[in-house]
Amino acid sequence: MYVAVKGGERAIENAHTLLAHERRGDPSVPELSLAQISQQLTLAVDRVMTEGSLYDRDLAALAIKQARGDLIEAIFLLRAFRATLPRFGATAPVDTAAMDIRRRISATFKDLPGGQVLGPTFDYTHRLLEPSTDAPVSEPATGAAYEGTTPRVTDLLANDDLIERDDNSASAIPGDLTREPLSFPAERDLRLQNLARGDEGFLLALGYSTQRGYGRTHPFAGEIRLGDVEVEFFAEDAGFAVPLGHITMTECQMINQFAGSATEAPKFTRGYGLAFGHCERKVMSMALVDRALRARELGEEQAAPAQDEEFVLSHSDNVQATGFVEHLKLPHYVDFQAELGLVRRLRAQFESAQDVGDVPVREAAE
Amino acid sequence: MNAPVYNFAYLDEQTKRMIRRAILKAIAIPGYQVPFASREMPMPYGWGTGGVQVTAAIVGPDDILKVIDQGSDDTTNAVSIRKFFARTAGVRTTTSTGDATVIQTRHRIPETPLHAGQILVYQVPIPEPLRFLAPRETETRRMHALSEYGLMHVKLYEDIARHGHIATTYAYPVKVDSRYVMDPSPIPKFDNPKMNDSPALQLFGAGREKRIYAIPPHTSVVSLDFEDHPFERYRHEATCAICGAVDSFLDEVVTDDSGGRMFVCSDTDYCATQGPHEVKRV
Repeated sequence: MYVAVKGGERAIENAHTLLAHERRGDPSVPELSLAQISQQLTLAVDRVMTEGSLYDRDLAALAIKQARGDLIEAIFLLRAFRATLPRFGATAPVDTAAMDIRRRISATFKDLPGGQVLGPTFDYTHRLLEPSTDAPVSEPATGAAYEGTTPRVTDLLANDDLIERDDNSASAIPGDLTREPLSFPAERDLRLQNLARGDEGFLLALGYSTQRGYGRTHPFAGEIRLGDVEVEFFAEDAGFAVPLGHITMTECQMINQFAGSATEAPKFTRGYGLAFGHCERKVMSMALVDRALRARELGEEQAAPAQDEEFVLSHSDNVQATGFVEHLKLPHYVDFQAELGLVRRLRAQFESAQDVGDVPVREAAE
Repeated sequence: MNAPVYNFAYLDEQTKRMIRRAILKAIAIPGYQVPFASREMPMPYGWGTGGVQVTAAIVGPDDILKVIDQGSDDTTNAVSIRKFFARTAGVRTTTSTGDATVIQTRHRIPETPLHAGQILVYQVPIPEPLRFLAPRETETRRMHALSEYGLMHVKLYEDIARHGHIATTYAYPVKVDSRYVMDPSPIPKFDNPKMNDSPALQLFGAGREKRIYAIPPHTSVVSLDFEDHPFERYRHEATCAICGAVDSFLDEVVTDDSGGRMFVCSDTDYCATQGPHEVKRV
């Protein structure tokens, strides 16, 4: 008989070896390269970068490989690495209006300056299994580059004062919940940061709940855009902003129900989503939840889960969530033994009371 | 690997029979939401899986199918669904409202009046008109059973009290055959009167929410309102820049970033039949 009292160290070493073995799979099948992951599992890489809060395709690919495709585990790996990086400062806000567009759609206007650009999307594919996806793919269509600007739909509406203005108060320095613990009530900068890092599935479910009547916000996808934006850093020494390079981002501007009052004309309100890479489901969900969480500021009734800031922000982080849920696997021998002792005592009391007969059973209390 | 084989119009015959039973029940009880065992379809929920299942269950080899989204045959999702049926059922397709026997639609009713024998299939996101007043199905089903629609009138009244207007512009609730309050799907309320006494059969499919409902031909469909605030249609006060129509529902097209706008028919087939014109900037 094996009694697992000692020998943990050896067991852990063996488990790690076995894990590496399982990760590799059948050695007669060629090993996956990081380039294959970053080139062919692009959307997995994008999600890991977004929720891992670190823009690095190679590291995200490595994390996915090391995590055997478990994306939350990969996000965890990337976050743990990110936490060790020194910080030089913050970049200037990226200008998504100047984005080099690869995809841009609006559900609110049939056509608009810059046009509707479908780009690479699953949206209108038929979900039929195609075993021949390893066949050579045809070259994508090409055309002359669009010369004009692609203004954001929300800016077009704002020109006519039909939507609330963005809060562009430059003096406000956004908070950072990775450096300062989150406290409630949280302002929108921290809420957006939390949602940007938040679990796609959790935000998806919450956003969906608002569409089904639990905190309805009448959303329209004003615009979703995907493309490259320039990242600039204001260098104190040089005295001007230095371009650092380009990153791919997805942005969603949700246009939501109008609000008005005796002193203010009715206008549409905003929900906002932004992510690294191509994370369309994520930014749409984020925009829905962002808008739902603005209930307090907009004087709306707060009754639905998606409107409950503390509930949403406290449970959106999948690294935190998976840690606490899965920690139940850890030994809890001591606590459980204490509970077991109590239950045994209570049962003994219950049984002796039954023997006596008519003595009423009292409520169990600690 | 076994190559997947798909039946005529994608769904297997047992599933089609199940959907047809739901449709027959829906026709027998106009405006009542019949639950049905909605299937996973090869397009996402929200893309019209309910409408596609209804169409798949009723379409036959002799049918001529038209698919529109936002009134247009050429919008991406309409193209996709039309191709889906052309591929899986091999049915003839058309963009002409008059020629079609089955028209699947998202968010519009064609401008050209429908005729007897045609079927209009609506894609429905939220079939429950009371959903945004009481999100729980257990409550709303009871309210329907008891014809307890006071809450809906209170909501419309509150709109008037707050905005001076009923602030519902699409998915405007109707009462069908003087019994059930029904969500007409997110069509603009401009289209609501077309549902009343229509010679065509109107079927509504909600895939994610697993409901089918129907308006049989020549059924009364009344948009909810008040005596002192009667129901009103709305269209932009403009003329179509392409065909010059003054009676059709219009889409606003943004032409530049300094306030330039023009208006064009949402129903592209209707627009084309009004005779081609040069695009006029307005």
